[in-house]
Amino acid sequence: MNFESELKKGKLIIPECNHCNKIVWPPSEFCNQCFNEVSWRTGSSKGKIIEFSKQNDNYFGLIEIENSIRVLGKISSGIPNLGQHVKIEKCGIKDGSYYFEFLLI
Amino acid sequence: MTKVGIASYGITKFSKEDSKIESVLLNSVKKLFDSNSNLNRNDIDAVLVSTNNNSKYLSAVLSEMAGIEPKIAHTVESLCNSGTNAIVSAYSYIASGLADMVLVSGAERYDSPGQVLEWDNSRGEFKHPIFWASIFTKSYKREFSITDEELAIVPVKNHKQAQNNPNAISEKLYSLEDVINSKKLTDDLRLLDCSRPCTGGASILLASEKTCKNCTDNPIWITGIGQKTTSAGFTKNMTFSSMVSTQEAASTALKMSKRDAKDIDVAEVHDAFSVCEPMALESLGLSDKGKGLELINELYATNNLKINPRGGLIGSGHPLGATGLAQTIEITQQLQLCANKRQVDNAKVGLVHNMSAAATSSTVLVLEK
Repeated sequence: MNFESELKKGKLIIPECNHCNKIVWPPSEFCNQCFNEVSWRTGSSKGKIIEFSKQNDNYFGLIEIENSIRVLGKISSGIPNLGQHVKIEKCGIKDGSYYFEFLLI
Repeated sequence: MTKVGIASYGITKFSKEDSKIESVLLNSVKKLFDSNSNLNRNDIDAVLVSTNNNSKYLSAVLSEMAGIEPKIAHTVESLCNSGTNAIVSAYSYIASGLADMVLVSGAERYDSPGQVLEWDNSRGEFKHPIFWASIFTKSYKREFSITDEELAIVPVKNHKQAQNNPNAISEKLYSLEDVINSKKLTDDLRLLDCSRPCTGGASILLASEKTCKNCTDNPIWITGIGQKTTSAGFTKNMTFSSMVSTQEAASTALKMSKRDAKDIDVAEVHDAFSVCEPMALESLGLSDKGKGLELINELYATNNLKINPRGGLIGSGHPLGATGLAQTIEITQQLQLCANKRQVDNAKVGLVHNMSAAATSSTVLVLEK
C-alpha cells in the first residue's frame, strides 16, 4: 500500500510503527523513532478542531485525527468551535498538494 | 576559541526590482568593500551565499564576480532564516580555525521560491504563509483576549520606523484605521499585517578578533548564538500562541553571552506578520507572556525605537535570504552608534531574532561592542 495512491482514491490510510506502536506523521516508509518499516491501516475518519479561521465564506482549520495526525483542511458545514468533532468529507491530491475537507458532527 | 567580529557590511535598497540574483548579491558586496578601504580580497577564506533562489553555484559565481578565490564557497538555505544560519556557519569556520575571514552575502528576488514550503503537505491546500499566520493570530488573540485593532499597532509602528531607513521598501505611514481597513486576507489577517517579499541584498564580513581589529576601529562582536529547529511542518507546532524554537534559541544565546534579556538595549525581531512581534518579544523574554503588545504600545507612545528600529520585516520588506543579514547590519549600526535617525540611545547589547516556516526554526544572535 502506498499513502499517496490511496489518498488519490480519497482514502486516508495511517502509517503506524508496529515496533513503537506510534503513528508516523507526516507519512513515511520508516518510523521516525526506530527506523523500522511502518505498516498501513485504515484510519478513523473522525477528528477534532484544534484551531480555525475563515477566508471569504469558507472556514478552514487545523484538525487532529487519532490524537496525532494534524492537517489543515476546509470545514464545510456550519460555524466551527474549538474542540468540536468533525469527519472527513473528502480528501485527495490536487496539483501535487494534499487536500482535506471536513464536516462538523 | 577566538572572538568573532563584524569587520564590514553592505546593503542594497529593498524594492520590487526585477534584478538578476547575481547582480543583487554583487551590489551589496560592492557596498561592503566601498565602506571599508582596509580590506584585501586575498584575505577572504570563505564566501557563503544565503538565498532561496534556485540559481546554482552562487557562491562561486559571486566569488568570481568579486575577484575572490576562497578556500570554502557554498550556499546556505533555510527558508527565512537562511541569513543568520549563514552567519552561524561563518562564525563556526572562524572559531574552528578553518577560516580567518568569511564573507556572507544574502540576496533574494521578489518572486522567491522560498515563500512556500511545498514539502509540507500537512498544510493541505493551505500552503501559503497567510494560513499559518491566520492560525497563529487566531490562537494568540484567543489565548490573551487581544483584538485585531490592538494588533494593528505593530504595522503602524514598523512602517513609521521604516521611514528613517533609507533601504526600506515602505515609503508611507499608516494609521490603525488604514491597517484595519486594508484588504482582508482571512478573518484574522489583513494585507497590512504582512511583510512583503521583495528584491534585496545584504552582506557582512566576519573575521577573527585579531584580523577584525586590524580592519576596523569599530568592531562589533558576536557574543551569543542560539538555534533550535523543532520540526519542518507547521502542524507539528504544539502551541500557536508562542514560539517554542525561539524560546530555546534565546535561552542558549543569552547563556553563551552571559547576558539576561534585561540587558538587551535594542533588538530586531522577525515580524513576518503583525502577531509575530508580540509573540517573539514574549518568547525571547523581552516581555511577559501576553504582554508583548503592552510593551509595543509603550515604546510607540514614547518614540522609543528599541524594537525593530529599521522597521522590521513589515516596514523594511522581507527578501528572505537577505533578511537575517539586514537585521544583523541594523544591530551592528546601532551598537556602532551610527544608525542616524534610527539610533537607540546608548545601545551596548543588541539581539537578532530570525526564524523560518511558522517558527519551526529560530536563530538568536547577541551582539556587543
